[in-house]
Amino acid sequence: MQRIYSSSLQKINQISQKCWKSTSTRVELTQVRYPKLKRGNYSVISDKHISTFEKIIPGRVLTSATDDLESFNTDWLRTARGNSSVVLKPKSTEEVSEILKFCNQERLAVCPQGGNTGLVAGSVPVFDEVILNLSLMRKIESIDTASGVIVCEAGCILEELDNVLREKDLMMPLDLGAKGSCQIGGNVSTNAGGLRLLRYGSMHANTLGLIAVKADGTVVDALNCLKKDNTGYALHHLFVGSEGTLGVVTKVAIQCPRVPQAVSLMFLGLSDFASVMETTQRAKGFLGEILSSCELMDLECADAVVQNMKLKLPLERMPFYMLLETSGSNAAHDEEKLNAFLEAVMNQGLVMDGTVITEPSRLKAVWHLRECIAEALLRDGYVYKYDVTLPAQKFYDLVPFFNDKLKEAGALRCCAFGHLGDGNVHFNVTSTEFSYKLLGLIEPSIYEWTSKHRGSISAEHGIGLKKRDFLKFSKTAEAIEMMRDIKQVMDPNGILNPYKVLPAI
Amino acid sequence: MARVLVGVKRVIDYAVKIRVKPDKSGVVTEGVKHSMNPFDEIAVEEAVRMKEKKLAAEVIAVSCGPTQAQETLRTALAMGVDKAIHVEVTGKDLDTLQPIHVSKILAKLAQDEKADLVIVGKQAIDDDCNQTAQMTAALLDWPQGTFASKIEKGDGILTIVREIDGGLETVKVKTPAVLSADLRLNEPRYATLPNIMKAKKKPLKKLTPKDLGVEIKAHQEVVSVEDPPVRQAGSIVPDVDTLAAKLKEGGFA
Repeated sequence: MQRIYSSSLQKINQISQKCWKSTSTRVELTQVRYPKLKRGNYSVISDKHISTFEKIIPGRVLTSATDDLESFNTDWLRTARGNSSVVLKPKSTEEVSEILKFCNQERLAVCPQGGNTGLVAGSVPVFDEVILNLSLMRKIESIDTASGVIVCEAGCILEELDNVLREKDLMMPLDLGAKGSCQIGGNVSTNAGGLRLLRYGSMHANTLGLIAVKADGTVVDALNCLKKDNTGYALHHLFVGSEGTLGVVTKVAIQCPRVPQAVSLMFLGLSDFASVMETTQRAKGFLGEILSSCELMDLECADAVVQNMKLKLPLERMPFYMLLETSGSNAAHDEEKLNAFLEAVMNQGLVMDGTVITEPSRLKAVWHLRECIAEALLRDGYVYKYDVTLPAQKFYDLVPFFNDKLKEAGALRCCAFGHLGDGNVHFNVTSTEFSYKLLGLIEPSIYEWTSKHRGSISAEHGIGLKKRDFLKFSKTAEAIEMMRDIKQVMDPNGILNPYKVLPAI
Repeated sequence: MARVLVGVKRVIDYAVKIRVKPDKSGVVTEGVKHSMNPFDEIAVEEAVRMKEKKLAAEVIAVSCGPTQAQETLRTALAMGVDKAIHVEVTGKDLDTLQPIHVSKILAKLAQDEKADLVIVGKQAIDDDCNQTAQMTAALLDWPQGTFASKIEKGDGILTIVREIDGGLETVKVKTPAVLSADLRLNEPRYATLPNIMKAKKKPLKKLTPKDLGVEIKAHQEVVSVEDPPVRQAGSIVPDVDTLAAKLKEGGFA
């Protein structure tokens, strides 16, 4: 084992030095990389369209003639690039409504966009869809400290919201690596998951209400701030997770938890996956009600973080690392529970080594090791990123299943990390450049494997463009048909985020 | 082999947002997360490494402060320190505790514990005084190597590379000596579980300043503590020419 690791480490080190440069070259156009995609029957942008947009949102219409639209057209993972020549930046729900009404009349396709941090190419155009970027909608309307509800516009950045809330002893219910750039409208529209879903629940649970604009410009006011409101169909849930295909979310009401008094983070090193599973069970037993996060990263991920991000791990190199976070209302009580848990897992030889952190400065530093894995892997060159939910025992099985095959075909790393507590594994493969061969070895094999083991082909990343052809592996034909019916009702001209979520007919 | 005394201070964690008390008498410390002064962590790490290289026989950590200072000492013990001494300072004495008092305490302990080396962090991140190492050396009449970014042990001599404004200065000091640790001296280890468990059994002695013959007499009075001025918002200019004009106006170009 040791020998294999050190020789591939050497190879990776040599290659990643050279290929960091490749990430700064232009990404191939999506329509070129996926030639089977056909542009829908939409209008082409004209000068008349541009001048109408200028009347609706003066000074906030960016065109390729005068502006650099590359970053709006390219996804964060650098795997997809659209060909849009127009970016619109509205400041209000009314402006979004007017824009969509016009686009619907003119049959112009629209790609709604927030922080553009999505990982399934759902937030960038495929062809020349008009990009509707909500970054300027950043007002926080209200924070009710008694109920813990925040009402704010869709373009607010997650981390900024969290910082403002913390002044009032509240926090956002979700936390993900992209927090410095991702926007709450996007989080809601994609039903974002993250590190603390285990404790605080999903966006479906925490989005009390929202305002969304339909394709024809109708404003759907489903903005409710009440925890309990059973008055008819829960319309807001339609928009949560629909990835901008049923409407554009412009304002949200989020239920926020109180900031915990005592937060502790354990970084543990383990020798095999059986120990990881056993330790997870022990954690749920000893720490149950205070457990707020249960994450895993394997050695290849750790190596990527050390090599590509130049960071240091708290422990020596070990096959698996677990991050267990507890959040409670009493530091002394939590410490007792933690000590009992640690004593048990150390004495039973389940955990080889570990460290416990309670200082805010150290908490940030150690969480960063887990949160920057995506970026660390991206620096290898190209990442093939998968996000599946699997039964607990199978959490790590994808790595042994694919590792040898893919490494032979030229993959640099084949690793897994993720939300152990939720059964949600992020399986990642890296190479210096995009390779159709590697892609072909992974897809659709990984989806077939996942489907066979009754897992979800997309735990939290969503479908976007990249997974629409594989939706059938997790949803029945009837279910997909019903989705199409709803789409037809909400957006008869199909202008909202076309080519995404639903499979091509 | 050397006996090393390391001074550690419990300070507000650097990631915490500092709040000034409404009466301007100081900052809010009640219920706020504290941790070991980062430069002291580096000092502890250096001492423990010396022990691992068999250059030091025993490492003793000292902290002056309230009961919670014992948590900081436990962290030092978990990093590999052999024993700890808590010099209890509470209430009004804690408010008036200054580097002059701490240096007197450290000097006395250095003599009592027969230390060959006293290492502290170069400064505490709460008061930024940068005085304790220097004063302790003066009280002991020992040589000092402050802002150390590299320490090499020779025969009765230490070669210290110091980080100074102009660059790096190398000095040789005879032991016994007082050193203060700078940022680049080392990267402190995380205390790992087996060591955290062992630390619980290591000796922790409690003393008072009086036991050491040191009086915590107020030498200065804090008149007021205020927030720094709020940063003024910038302005967005429409084009490069306006920017150039504004820079010229402000005398920057």
